[in-house]
Amino acid sequence: MAMAGTERASLAASEHSAAEIAAEAERRDIRKRWLLSAPALVIIMVAASGPLLIVLIYSFLTPGDYGNVVWRFNTEGWVGVVLQKDIFSDQWQWVDAHLSIFWRSIKLSFLTTLATVVVGVPTAFFIATRPGRWRDVWLFLITIPFWTNLLIRTYAILDLLRTDGLVNTTLIKLGIIGKPLQLMFTDFAIGFGMTYVYLPLMVLPIYASIEKLDFRLVEAGYDLYANRWHMFWRIILPLVKPGIIAGSILVFIPSLGAYVTPRVLGGGKNMMLGNLIELQFGQGRNWPLGSALSITLMVIVTIALLYYVRVTSKERRGRD
Amino acid sequence: MRATNGGADGAVARRAETAVEAVGVTKEFGQGEERVVALDNVSIAIQENEFFTLLGPSGCGKTTLLRLIAGFDHPTEGRILLHGQDISALPPFKRPVNTVFQNYALFPHMTVAGNIAFGLEMLGKPRAEIDARVDEMLRLVRMGELKNRETSQISGGQQQRVALARALAPSPEVLLLDEPLSALDLKLRKEMQIELKRLQHQTGITFVFVTHDQEEALTMSDRIAVMNKGRILQIGAPRDIYDRPAERFVANFIGDTNFLEAEVLPRARGKTQVRLPSGKTVAASLPEGMDGVEGKTVSVVVRPEHAEVAGKPAAGLISGTLTNIVYFGTDTHYHVNLDTGGAFIVRMQNLRGSESGFEVGDKVGITFKQDAVQALRD
Amino acid sequence: MISPAHGFNIRRIPGFATVAMAVFVILYAPIITLVVYSFNAADSMANLNGFSFRWYVAAWHDDAVIAAALRSLTIASFATLVSTIAATMAALATTRCAPFRGITLIYAIINQPLMVPEVVTAVALLIFFAIIKVWTGYTGLAYLFAAHAAFCIPFAYLPIRARLENMDLSLERAAADLYAPPWKAFRRVTLPLLWPGILAGAMLAFVISLDDVVITEFVKSAGQDTLPTFMLGQLRRMITPEVDAIATALLLSGILFVTIFFLLNRKRA
Repeated sequence: MAMAGTERASLAASEHSAAEIAAEAERRDIRKRWLLSAPALVIIMVAASGPLLIVLIYSFLTPGDYGNVVWRFNTEGWVGVVLQKDIFSDQWQWVDAHLSIFWRSIKLSFLTTLATVVVGVPTAFFIATRPGRWRDVWLFLITIPFWTNLLIRTYAILDLLRTDGLVNTTLIKLGIIGKPLQLMFTDFAIGFGMTYVYLPLMVLPIYASIEKLDFRLVEAGYDLYANRWHMFWRIILPLVKPGIIAGSILVFIPSLGAYVTPRVLGGGKNMMLGNLIELQFGQGRNWPLGSALSITLMVIVTIALLYYVRVTSKERRGRD
Repeated sequence: MRATNGGADGAVARRAETAVEAVGVTKEFGQGEERVVALDNVSIAIQENEFFTLLGPSGCGKTTLLRLIAGFDHPTEGRILLHGQDISALPPFKRPVNTVFQNYALFPHMTVAGNIAFGLEMLGKPRAEIDARVDEMLRLVRMGELKNRETSQISGGQQQRVALARALAPSPEVLLLDEPLSALDLKLRKEMQIELKRLQHQTGITFVFVTHDQEEALTMSDRIAVMNKGRILQIGAPRDIYDRPAERFVANFIGDTNFLEAEVLPRARGKTQVRLPSGKTVAASLPEGMDGVEGKTVSVVVRPEHAEVAGKPAAGLISGTLTNIVYFGTDTHYHVNLDTGGAFIVRMQNLRGSESGFEVGDKVGITFKQDAVQALRD
Repeated sequence: MISPAHGFNIRRIPGFATVAMAVFVILYAPIITLVVYSFNAADSMANLNGFSFRWYVAAWHDDAVIAAALRSLTIASFATLVSTIAATMAALATTRCAPFRGITLIYAIINQPLMVPEVVTAVALLIFFAIIKVWTGYTGLAYLFAAHAAFCIPFAYLPIRARLENMDLSLERAAADLYAPPWKAFRRVTLPLLWPGILAGAMLAFVISLDDVVITEFVKSAGQDTLPTFMLGQLRRMITPEVDAIATALLLSGILFVTIFFLLNRKRA
């Protein structure tokens, strides 16, 4: 195959050293990769990441009368997260409403995580110990609800827990209770709803951990322990810990920032952080406060994530 | 595009022109503490129409060198020349060099014919020409019936031949083969070795073949370059490499051999003389460039089949006690513990009607055939 | 699998199967209830009385529902197209190469929508688009298009990247060896083999966009309801089995897409 005339000429006089050629090729490759990534990066920075900075800025501004902001520096947004001035006595006092919402959010998130662990481990174990192709079927079954609309699933729980919903009508028919229970618009409803919605997120990582288990280790351990429970606690559980930790993060973080579930199942009374934030951009008309609350949520989430990264890298280092 | 030439028997007359050349090529990977030197100042010149083999153990750099010729990587220092032109800066798709990969790398979503046609399609050849060429290639590797099969439906040996046909179809100036036979079973391997040799002869294309199997290298090559740890240790025809290894590694890597320490004496009768541990002297060959070693002690090698066992210890150049006699059908191996220390293996053919008459424990002498002793550089 | 030495199955732990089955029952019970009620012939939610399509018919004739559904589909289609293309390019750029300076940053940005709680992103976009609305006076669907395209990218990226990592690098090398310039090598070798991964990513992006509630709720202007936000609004007012019907329809389409996604992912090269 003949080479193009121009190439022949430029090659004949090649002054470039081998190192230069290699470096140039690498540079061209990296440039190409940045160019390819550009569309994705631009879209996300414009319509997802970039605006986060604006939130930070807005948290330091003054609320406008009809929503939005006045461009004047103000720390009230941040202060208002926990403190407010009493209208009458002009005294600083805690914002009880906010504090109870923080408490509810953290409490419910922890409880949800706990519930999903307790229920998720047996479920994951069950799926992982199914034979061959059945495993795929069970996996599929547990994944479907996850991919269906969050709203629909929450709504389905609402249907269940309503005063004239399935739970109450069944309990009444069975004669267990006389009057329908008030299950809706309670912390219980929210917690139950979140557990229901986020369960697949806990099951999948645990399943992945169990699948990697070498059951021969377990058998060897059985020789040392009298019953299966011991074997489970002492041997299986520690090996599955990474999966549990991963699942916990996957459940805790969305729970903390939940919006739809508390709104549908908690009504207006039992707000979580997400609802409180939305309030500031709706009726509350306090954008700076809403921004400060958002940043607070983000900080808590980031801390949880960093903690997770530290725990997993320590695990990895411990294993090496 | 170079057309395949034909001679009286299809073989092409050898032209003494350099096809591929590596000049002072060094390749390093990684930085600082993790720096790996894959090739260290390697220079080779491969001739037109040659079946040239790069031979060495894993990690010796032979595949790295091949990749540099193909263009999949750039040398840290040095140049790659093709017919005298520096192609170091050319990307692989601009080099008239094709590769047969170790894992064949057949395109799974194309048929056998589709794979073979690929290179020609990329070169923009007209459809009629491509179709004709594909058929020609299928005939060449004897795979005509499998033309429209999916690549997943053919056996390993067949895939290998498709990979070969695919690489030959665009008539490259050089064909690179990266351990193409390593995945085949023994019988298929032997068949393909003969097949490859035939193909090289018939097409006249320069073959650069990479392998770690020294037997393969000896059977197929016109010339071999023995490599180890990024360096070229010796280049030569198979016979030269075998009979006259220049370094310990080469002697060890190719075939079996015996090592002896010997003192170099002044030349007599035009040949260098060495004194063996037994005190007797014998003529020896020195590798190229080994000068000024008179009086020094060097290692020498003697191939097992270049020695003979003599009945009387005094009749031999060295002597010892037989520790083992192993019968191999075509020949017999005699393991001898030398009086001066060390072991020595002699291989003698089992000629009809001859019984060695030796037994384990006998004291024997060992004689060498002419030109059997080769000194090593290290 | 069964350990003969001990005469029992080491993999069975008492109570676990029961819990697991209970979980599956509880997981599907509400959904099945919902589906059943959507076919309820009776007027109210309370009694179950006969089979009927009436609520589906009602939804079909409800202009608001149809408008919301069309809007959902339009946004999802746009978001899928844009995010899949961007994600494919990003996957090609970030896989099968030695880590170069800045690659961690690229990962971080691409995965960022997954790391930040949806509410926070929703708030950020609300504020940002409010500023732009003041500047330009534009209040159309473009904001939703942009927002959806952005958060769909990481979802499309993951399956494409997974498929790409499993592809044999030597195939592209062979193509280059056989005179294919990079663009042709991509079109003739990489793309056909990557295609199932790209489709899987597109399916995922489509489902995610269709299902989105929070970001859409914050970003939309009045009258720009998607199906989920429409339902959310309905829940505030009164609950009719019509909502059940819409929910069931959404459910079935979601299941359809997920099934296709699963099948695509199981196909090997």
